[in-house]
Amino acid sequence: MSGATYRISRDDRSFRQRLFEPPAVGKMSLLANLVASAILLFWSLFVLFPIYWVVITAFKNAETVNNGPFFIPFVDFQPTLKGWTAQFATDPYCDAYSVGRQLFLLVYNLFAFILSPIVKIEKMEPQICKVYLAYTNSFVISFGATALCIAVGSMAAYALARISYKPRFGNIVVFVLLALSAIVASNYFEVHWAISSSVALALFYLLARSLGRRFKSTLGNDDILFWIVSQRILPPIVVIIPVYMMFQSVGMIDTHLALIIVYAVANLPIVVWLMHDFFANLPVELEESAQLDGSSRFEIFWDIVLPLTRPGLAATTLLTLILNWNEYLFAIFLTTARAQTMPIMVAAKNTGERGILWWEMCAIIMIMIIPVIIMAVVLQRYIAKGVLLGGVKG
Amino acid sequence: MSNGTTVSQPGITPAGLSWGESWGEWFDRHSRTFFIAPAVTLVLLFAIFPTFYTIVFAISHVRFSATGLKFRTVWFENFAAQFTGNEQVHFLGRFTSMSIAGSVFSLVTAGALLWWLYRAVVKGATWIGLAGRLISAAMAMFIALLFAATLLSGNQWGTLLNTLFYVVVGCSIQFVIGLMLAFLCSQPVIGKNFFRVLFFIPLMITPLGVGYAFKMILDVTKGPFKPFWQLVGLGNWAWSTDAWAARWFVILGDSWQWIPFIFIVLLAALENVPKDHVEAAQVDGASGFQIFREITWPQILPVAATVMLIRMIEAFKIVDLPNIMTAGGPGIATESMTLHSVFLWRANDMGDSAAVAYLLLILTVVVCSSFFNYVVLKRLRRARA
Repeated sequence: MSGATYRISRDDRSFRQRLFEPPAVGKMSLLANLVASAILLFWSLFVLFPIYWVVITAFKNAETVNNGPFFIPFVDFQPTLKGWTAQFATDPYCDAYSVGRQLFLLVYNLFAFILSPIVKIEKMEPQICKVYLAYTNSFVISFGATALCIAVGSMAAYALARISYKPRFGNIVVFVLLALSAIVASNYFEVHWAISSSVALALFYLLARSLGRRFKSTLGNDDILFWIVSQRILPPIVVIIPVYMMFQSVGMIDTHLALIIVYAVANLPIVVWLMHDFFANLPVELEESAQLDGSSRFEIFWDIVLPLTRPGLAATTLLTLILNWNEYLFAIFLTTARAQTMPIMVAAKNTGERGILWWEMCAIIMIMIIPVIIMAVVLQRYIAKGVLLGGVKG
Repeated sequence: MSNGTTVSQPGITPAGLSWGESWGEWFDRHSRTFFIAPAVTLVLLFAIFPTFYTIVFAISHVRFSATGLKFRTVWFENFAAQFTGNEQVHFLGRFTSMSIAGSVFSLVTAGALLWWLYRAVVKGATWIGLAGRLISAAMAMFIALLFAATLLSGNQWGTLLNTLFYVVVGCSIQFVIGLMLAFLCSQPVIGKNFFRVLFFIPLMITPLGVGYAFKMILDVTKGPFKPFWQLVGLGNWAWSTDAWAARWFVILGDSWQWIPFIFIVLLAALENVPKDHVEAAQVDGASGFQIFREITWPQILPVAATVMLIRMIEAFKIVDLPNIMTAGGPGIATESMTLHSVFLWRANDMGDSAAVAYLLLILTVVVCSSFFNYVVLKRLRRARA
């Protein structure tokens, strides 16, 4: 050590010191850094391996799957496109024309549905192979549900952040009692559901108008927010049977609209919770000055508030889109053929006489998860900036 | 209202309001309603109303007829069937006489719960608080007794304890690993941003795809670990017939998917811990573990409690993974309550299906609100104080 006085301080330390002691405050020692990197690398392998295995299995065939594990394409085994062609080649309706027809069908059937109370239009039947059908369905349903959910949810979140509501406790009790009596009437006294529910709604309107003023105790915005957000606790299985019955009674089983509505409601709590946080953190002054200038609340919301929360809105939209894309339980109950989404179609591949054909399965899983991975990488940018994490800290 | 009368005489109104503008004004005046009404209506119609309606199914024997469903009210028979009747083995598990370990465990739990209630009384809890504690304690005692009578007495347990197994064991494992990874990533390591992106991805992959991927990877005869299985002498091992192996493998897949969630939230929390506190402690010569326990942990505790709550809420709904990986098998060993309800529904047994769904709702609400009241709120209050 005596001859080392002219050296820079870093080399002054013995190997032991360099290994165990951090070079400076806020840095890590060499050993700690090595251990940390090793653990993180190991975890990366654990995260990547299932994805890697799905990807390479998608390019195998029966022989290379069954004859033991082969890990590296071109070295261990020769990749084939068998799993991919099997999705498309066997079915006669797997061409661009069928996809175009399906897209037209979606628009046409939407019009047919909207006009159905007025004029009777025959709906078109899908004529397309299963992969394309499920894929277009998944796109339509997840985008539609996301749009509905974000529109409804962000409006409610904004209202809860800015307008003060005072629902009377008594009115809520009246509503619940009337809803229960409507259920009892339609179930046990053979009253048609449309009649019982409209009578109950009319009664509620009258009672809320007349009796409502006498109820003194009111709830606040926080209660409404908690009520909406707490719906996330509700397990979907609890609501699914009545929801199924409701859609069946209006003939909406196996339609896109049914799934869009149900998905939107399932994700509404998340959207309201996240968006409420963004809106509550905006400065009120901007909106107040706009209000003085004579803008209506909708104009303020659309022109000022929404652009200000654009990163949050984008991140919430992506998250909702991914959740909708991945949804499985509602889709099992509410679809049979025409509105099948990707997860349902993939799950249906499970039943084969020769067991699961893994190469086909992996190809279809890849088709299913590629959009999600792209969206997840984009979403991660927002999350790294801390956009979505405000709510958790509250 | 005054505007409404002037608008009816066009040309006279000083502001020149057309019909469209007055309509817009009416719209604006009621904007409070229009902003919140869609959300409230949707939630009422598709969440609250079905929740009530499920009661009708849960208290009836439902049978199909030509004119639709026929309900025969049987009141609590469906619920009784889950606890004491022919569904008991499926829902609760098989019972024989309680073993010594089971008795000791139940006695210890009962003592701990009584002590907890006694302390609440001594501290002067409100009546509502006391009632809540009584409900939580009763639920905890029931679960403890069930656990003692099934697993500790060498019997198979049912879907109720399966669900709790996924929630309690799965979430604990995920929390510990997620926290560890987040802590490592919050340190100045190389390639931090790469890890961040990578570790986030599993959370977003379709759970169904995760189920298939793990089913394939864990395949003993065709999967990538075939040489390993053969090396340890399990070359012909069918883990899907081994109840515990199947359960742990479901947890493995679930953890692969959900650790990223805990990781990403805790990482954000860890990065919000002020650096100067940590560095001051380092200068004072505190060890890494001391710094974590005394400085970092108290600061991230509120977020950690919240993230666990969210994770638990989602864990109660687990259905895709057990359905895909094991189809609930062997027997009912990996069946969650949601899956139990789905299977009953498929068998057209809507009454029992609704009853199981309702029991899941009760379980979820009691466990989550207990966790919220006794863990999350306490930590939040302590953090604010």
